Amino acid sequence: MAKRERLSGNEAASIALRQINPDVFPAFPITPSTEIPEYFSKFVANGQVDTEFIPVESEHSSMSAALGAEAAGARALTATSSCGMALMWEELYVAASDRLPLMLALVNRALSGPININCDHSDSMGARDSGWIQLYAEDNQEVYDNFVMAYRIAEHKDVRLPIMVCQDGFITSHGVQNMELLEDEEVRNFVGEYQPEHYLLNPKEPMAVGPYAVSNYYMESKYGQVQAMKNAKQVAIDVMNEFAKISGRQYGLFEEYRLEDAEYAIVLIGSAAGTAKDAIDRLREEGRKVGLLKIRFFRPFPGEEIAKALSKVKVVGLMDRAESFSGNGGPLCAETMAALHRAGNTAKTVEYMYGLGGRDIKVEDFWHIFDELEEVANGKVVDGYSYIGLRK
Amino acid sequence: MIEIRWHGRGGQGAKTAAMLLADVAFFTGKYVQAFPEYGPERMGAPVTVYNRIDDKNIRVHSNIYQPDYSVVVDESLLEVVNVTAGLKKTGAVIVNTEKSKEEILPHLHGYEGELYTIDARKISMETLGKYFPNTPMLAAVVKVTKAVDEDTFLKEMEDSFRKKFATKPEVIEGNLKALKAALKEVQ
Amino acid sequence: MAEFKAENINEKSKWNEITPGNQIYEPATSKLFHTGEWSKDKPCFIQEKCTQCLLCTPVCPDSAIPVKDMKRLDFDYDHCKGCGICVKACPFHAITMEGVK
Repeated sequence: MAKRERLSGNEAASIALRQINPDVFPAFPITPSTEIPEYFSKFVANGQVDTEFIPVESEHSSMSAALGAEAAGARALTATSSCGMALMWEELYVAASDRLPLMLALVNRALSGPININCDHSDSMGARDSGWIQLYAEDNQEVYDNFVMAYRIAEHKDVRLPIMVCQDGFITSHGVQNMELLEDEEVRNFVGEYQPEHYLLNPKEPMAVGPYAVSNYYMESKYGQVQAMKNAKQVAIDVMNEFAKISGRQYGLFEEYRLEDAEYAIVLIGSAAGTAKDAIDRLREEGRKVGLLKIRFFRPFPGEEIAKALSKVKVVGLMDRAESFSGNGGPLCAETMAALHRAGNTAKTVEYMYGLGGRDIKVEDFWHIFDELEEVANGKVVDGYSYIGLRK
Repeated sequence: MIEIRWHGRGGQGAKTAAMLLADVAFFTGKYVQAFPEYGPERMGAPVTVYNRIDDKNIRVHSNIYQPDYSVVVDESLLEVVNVTAGLKKTGAVIVNTEKSKEEILPHLHGYEGELYTIDARKISMETLGKYFPNTPMLAAVVKVTKAVDEDTFLKEMEDSFRKKFATKPEVIEGNLKALKAALKEVQ
Repeated sequence: MAEFKAENINEKSKWNEITPGNQIYEPATSKLFHTGEWSKDKPCFIQEKCTQCLLCTPVCPDSAIPVKDMKRLDFDYDHCKGCGICVKACPFHAITMEGVK
């Protein structure tokens, strides 16, 4: 039985975690993710979970403790944002290369500088090559649902990779919205007990984690990670299909919104998708063939599938919420263009940078973007890489 | 959809009031949003908080630029912030003040919609003995926006206060009085 | 898993013959690794001088002095790195760093 609720994204995440009842949760506070360990530590104090909650002295330590616990055989996680994640950098790679399927509850916030507490994707996008699965959410419901599904994907024997469950700082993390919760039992049954095949605290199988690998082993080891990440695609699809059966909510590697006959489409990640949908509905009323592709998994990147979904689109607007200083656009732009090129898709593309450091993006902004995409189809030459809402 | 923009100062409870309004609307079956516009959090600094209330799921995640209602929790903000910026003519601005409407009007940048005033300080001091403007302001918003039926509102708030102040039952009555007084006195 | 036995993993193993994360699922796999190949010098055991006091055995960092029936045997040169600590530990000059090629 679903329970109707109104919660902030951080509350939703904490409740999902209470229902999952993980074994170990080390954490160090940083805005806007602080509420997740804060709410969760109340569940610990109230005896609602069995989790070992460890207040540590830095994010370097929180990630170290989490991956140590995971290696020991526990289901572990930590939470952070922005500079907190930057301090975890070394351990992010260790967790992934040691194939430890822990979770990071990441509340996306701009990296310094200028120092800023609001949302953009510069923190997680910077870590896109660290070997973690990355899952993003549009609204609080999706945040909750992603948390419920995450461990099933990460811990699968064909995957065994850490997973970053991301949401937009303040926009979803602190915004209260309607949503539905699953019953505790339903979540517990869905997620199940963590049963690692190999773990350090198994007295029957003494083992070692994280040995040195000389050049003769390193590339084979990396290739193993790549194969696991590729496997994560199908595992994620299977888990999402199974989740749909208990929740009624069907998710995919990405979401297509009014894309089936769209001639002009945008591709983006996160909470701006909701705003884009409202803009698209209005333009559709005017008979305009516009649509949206909302990426949910940036790792593994569903490049082939995206290229296929965009195969009939004339002009694609690629929207990044993280700058990469390549001079050509952000990471979403680069990877989507590479996927289109590889698939032989010759659609024109225009890159838009938006929402950096919490800059708001409005319904009207999407109207202008779709106007421009249509103009490009009609031969107009545009900048091809512009900042939404920039004063100039 | 009703869109409301709250103007307050850090520490006055504008965010709490917006969350409570969302709660009450939620319990009557509505779809709601309540979200603050965050910056560095400083006691006394101007803060903006938003509410959306609708009969269907709300997807938009931007701030509100053309609100139906603007709520001014702290009168001194009239000098600092354009509280009627983008405000729909069909809507209203609700100001916490002891002054008359005539005295407030010159600060509204020629706004042509309705103006409501309420002396939340007086109500709060009389009923709670302390200055908590958010409780009377919440009731004033319910009265003016009709976002929630008044009786339902009072019943839900009483339930909410009984949970929130379980260890301090003496403040429940005062808060309820503040709400009822504000429902009457907003004009 | 049988295919992930350390004895089967070496520098010619294919990517899928190596454990995920290079984890090692057995104890004491260093036995398979001939660290003795790293040494320039080797100690020489002079059995006639040995009183079987066994002071040398515990000081060896590589457990390269095997003991059987309370008696030490000759060095395990597959694992002896030739550090020479045992030479210092022996009160009877029964170990020397000269004599082994």
